[in-house]
Formats: sequence, structure tokens, C-alpha cells
Amino acid sequence: MADRTATVRTRRGPLTYVFRLIVAGYLVMLVAWPVALVAKNTFADGLTDLRTILTDPDTVHALKLSVTIAVTAVVINTVFGVGISLLLVRYRFPGKRLLSALLDLPISVSPIVVGLALVLVYGGRTGWFGPALESAGLQVIFAVPGMVLATVFVALPLVIREVVPVLEEVGEEQEQAAHSLGAGAFQTFRRITLPAIKWGVVYGVVLSLARSLGEFGAVKVVSGNVLGQTRTATLVVEEKYLNFDKGGAYATAFLLAMVAVACIVVVSVIRPREPR
Amino acid sequence: MSIEIANVSKRFGDFVALDDVSVSIPSGQLTALLGPSGGGKSTLLRIIAGLERADSGRVDIEGVDATDLPPQKRNVGFVFQHYAAFKHLSVRRNVAFGLEIRKRPKAEIRDRVDELLALVHLGQFADRLPSQLSGGQRQRMALARALAVKPTVLLLDEPFGALDAKVRKELRDWLRRLHDEVNVTTVFVTHDQEEALEVADEIVVINDGRIEQIGSPDDLYDRPANEFVMRFLGPVTKLGDRLVRPHDLLIATGPGEPGDVPGRITRVTRVGFEMRVEIDTADGPVTATATRNQFAGLNLAVGSSVVLRVTPDVDAGRFDTDRVEVVGAQP
Repeated sequence: MADRTATVRTRRGPLTYVFRLIVAGYLVMLVAWPVALVAKNTFADGLTDLRTILTDPDTVHALKLSVTIAVTAVVINTVFGVGISLLLVRYRFPGKRLLSALLDLPISVSPIVVGLALVLVYGGRTGWFGPALESAGLQVIFAVPGMVLATVFVALPLVIREVVPVLEEVGEEQEQAAHSLGAGAFQTFRRITLPAIKWGVVYGVVLSLARSLGEFGAVKVVSGNVLGQTRTATLVVEEKYLNFDKGGAYATAFLLAMVAVACIVVVSVIRPREPR
Repeated sequence: MSIEIANVSKRFGDFVALDDVSVSIPSGQLTALLGPSGGGKSTLLRIIAGLERADSGRVDIEGVDATDLPPQKRNVGFVFQHYAAFKHLSVRRNVAFGLEIRKRPKAEIRDRVDELLALVHLGQFADRLPSQLSGGQRQRMALARALAVKPTVLLLDEPFGALDAKVRKELRDWLRRLHDEVNVTTVFVTHDQEEALEVADEIVVINDGRIEQIGSPDDLYDRPANEFVMRFLGPVTKLGDRLVRPHDLLIATGPGEPGDVPGRITRVTRVGFEMRVEIDTADGPVTATATRNQFAGLNLAVGSSVVLRVTPDVDAGRFDTDRVEVVGAQP
């Protein structure tokens, strides 16, 4: 691999620079410039807009709620994601390919469809399963559990898609060696498998966290968007924007974007250089 | 008897990896499972280790029925072809792994690991990561790791297969000496007949999921049970109806004795100290080898007429004709 990158790097014709310019221009127009404009608008009046939203109890509640939901969803997705990855890579069972295909569904289906589907199942009055839960004292739709559920659904494949290739690459031999040395299933997982897939899991967690914080469509449908109760940060952005509070909308959007950027920066800083 | 395998069969889908195999592997010895790729030898080793389950049959290790025991309860050491080093752990922690799992006191672990690292000559590499070692060093580390838990049996799956020829030869000698020192019952899988002949006390030849022959290296080489074993263990040529090794053929000139086969030399190749002579006979081409000095004494060249006979005290190559196979022939 090292040789190949070396040969590519030595071949630098004028065409290379043209390609670079195209790619750079594309990314600037599509990503960097728009995001930079959000930042610019946020600080158009200095720190006033940021100060305003951070002192507004409803916005602060929304930010906290977003974080709570995202963290809960990420924890759930990490535990199940690693479990399902192990199942997919290490075991053979009928229906495995179907399961694997099903796991991509949350990425291909529009979040708004996810939201509606969840309402159909867990809706308090007319849902298939909702009334039973409601009579047991658990409200799902228009409450935090439903919002966590929707977020878990849309971010479901992210950990799995990061961990599965790593598990496949690591192979089974280290685990078999650990077994032959006397380690049980849990000891092998904790001492051998988990350290080997660590960076896959970290990447999956970061992607899931970013995706969960930014979820809008599915959460909007299942939350009911009640101010100060079930309104998340993304919903605040929309609300403020529609109500001509552009400064507040940009400031909240800026905070959301910063959290995502921070996640990625932190990971790329702490991740060691590939030893191979 | 240390490892008793009785009527073990294993299929992978339609592929029969092992077909009703029974074999006893003696205690304290170094046994080779030898055979061509896909013949079932690795599967047998993995069944002994518990990494694979037999479809039927029974495995006893030192008198304990291990058929249904998971690998972690069998107390076997297993060494993989590609080392299976724990990449995130130092050499020392790799070797200590089995002892840490067994919750031995720290001081005991330290002493045992030091002792083993000295045994495999890796003392000065204790704090390195496996990625900082060469292939041969990694395999020695894997061996130390397997030996650390004082296994009942040590199993090695093509242990030197991924190493280059020179290191392979060094490690081969070293394994033999190590075994004489440690004396643990050892089974290793190989497809290299030279490796098996050189290192093993006993060789089990496996092909097509069945055992072809069990015996000492001398038994196998001098008295192969069938054509497959004979072909697999070294070069062969056909003189009339009989399979012989080219170095067991005598080349002579003149009228010869009764039973000699006449022929004409068609080609002479020199490979180092050895002369490889191809001779056309009435039954087809035959290859014979001689040392350079022998050949020079005969004063022969391409086109010379010669007679061939088998060295008198050679038995190999007379088989019952009920199972003659031509598959898996070695050059």
C-alpha cells in the first residue's frame, strides 16, 4: 500500500492540479461556503445572538433535550450495533442476508416515513401497540421515548457499517487463540475483540452522535414539537427561522454544527497513526 | 496413548473433509499430520483443539473425553499459520495471556513469562508490539504463548508455512530441539514432506479425508503402504510396472544381468551434485539419478545404450493393486 501511494504522489502533471481545483471548488461551494455563512450570520451582531439563545430557557431546554436523546440513542445503537455486527460476521444462520439488507433500510427510507411508521405502531390512541403501552403508563409518541426510538431507528446502521468491515479484517484467529488459551466468550470479547475493533466502534459512535443530534424529520413527526417539552434543537432552528428570528436560527444551527465538527476533530486528533 | 481419535467424520456442505478417521497419537512425541492441501489434516487438528466440531466420532485427550468440551476447557496449546498474535498487546502480555486468564499471581506470571521468553530467545523483545517483530519472531512468540499454560498437547497448524525458506528451516530445527527440551505431546500439520521427514517421530499421512498410512519417517519412506504415499514422500519414476525412486536405480553398461531393463539415454541434466538422466526404455521414459562422480565413471553421453536395475535391497514400490492412485503426484 505504501508503495502505491508513493508512486501516485510522484506523478503530478498539470492535470492533477486541475482535478484538485475542481474537487476543492466543488467542496467549497457545496459544504465549506454555506457552513461558513452560517457562522458569519451567527456572529453578524457579535455575540448577541448566541447570548440570546443561551439565556432563553426554552432553547437551552431544547439543546439539553437534543443531547440527552442523542446520547441515549448512541448508547443503544452502540450496544446493539456491536452485537449485531458480531452476529453478522462470526455466525452463520438462515436469513443472514435478509437481516443484512434490512439493516440498510433506515438509511434508504426517508426519516419522515420512519416517524409516521412509528406513530402507526406506538401512537397513543390509534397505534397498533401504543394504547397497551399507554395504559401501562408509558407514553411513547409525543414523548421522549418515541423521540429516542426515532433517533435510534435512523442512526441504526452507522455503528454496524463501521464495525463489520473491521471485524472481517481482524479475522477470527485471535479469538480462537484466546479460546484455546482458556478465555471464555466474555473474556475474549473484552480482552481481544473489543480492543481490535475499538476504532471502528469510535468512528461509528461519532457518526451516530452527529447523525442523532441533527435528526429532524422523524423526530418532528413523533415529538409533537411541544415548546419546552419535546422540542429539540433542530426543531428550534426551524421554528425560529419560520418566525423570522434569523439570528436565533443561525446561532442554534451554528451550535449544532460545532458539536459535529468537534466530534470529528477530536477523533482525528486522538486516533493513532495506522501502525500497518 | 495421549490423543485417541475414533471414527471422526466432518463435512462442510457437500465436501467431505474427514471420512471416519481413527488414529492414536502417542504421548510425548512429535507427530506430523502430512498431506496435500484440502486433504483434511488441518480439520483434524482443529477438531482436536475444539475449534471445529466433528459431525460424528469421539476425541479423547489423555484419557478425558473431549468430544463435547469447548476449546477453553481442553488445555491445548494452538499455534496458527498466521501467528494470531494479539496485536494490541506487547510480546510479554501476549505470552502472559493464558496465565492472566487463569488468574495466577503476578510474580508467578512474571517468572514464567521470563522463562519462556528466554526459551524462545525473545527476552530483549518483551516490550515490543507484535507488529515490530519479524515473522519468525512472531511465530516463536505464539509458541511461547501456547506453552505458557503448560498444555497437555501442543498443536501447530502449518506453523512455518508463512515464513521464507531459510527461516522455515531454522525454525524446523529449533522446534525439534525445543520439543526434546519441553517434551510435550506435539502434533503439527504440514504439506511439506521434507519437513515431516526431518522433524517428526511419527507421521500420519492424510489424503481425501482418510488416513493413508501411519508410521515412522523410515517406515513411510522405505515401506510406503501405497502408491499415493510413495509419490507424496518424494520423487518417483516407473521402471516397467514398478514405482521406484530415481536414486534407487542403478545405471550400468554392457549386457547386464537377467531382469535388467535396456534403454537409451535421451537427456542428461546436472543439478548441483546430482546428475538427472532420462532414459527411453521399451515401456516408456524413466528418470534415474546418480552422483556426479558415479556418472563420470560410467563415461556416458546422450545416445548411449545402458541397462537399468533397482538397487537390490529396496522394497518400496510393490503394492497390492487394489488401490492404485495417480493423484497428488509430486515432481
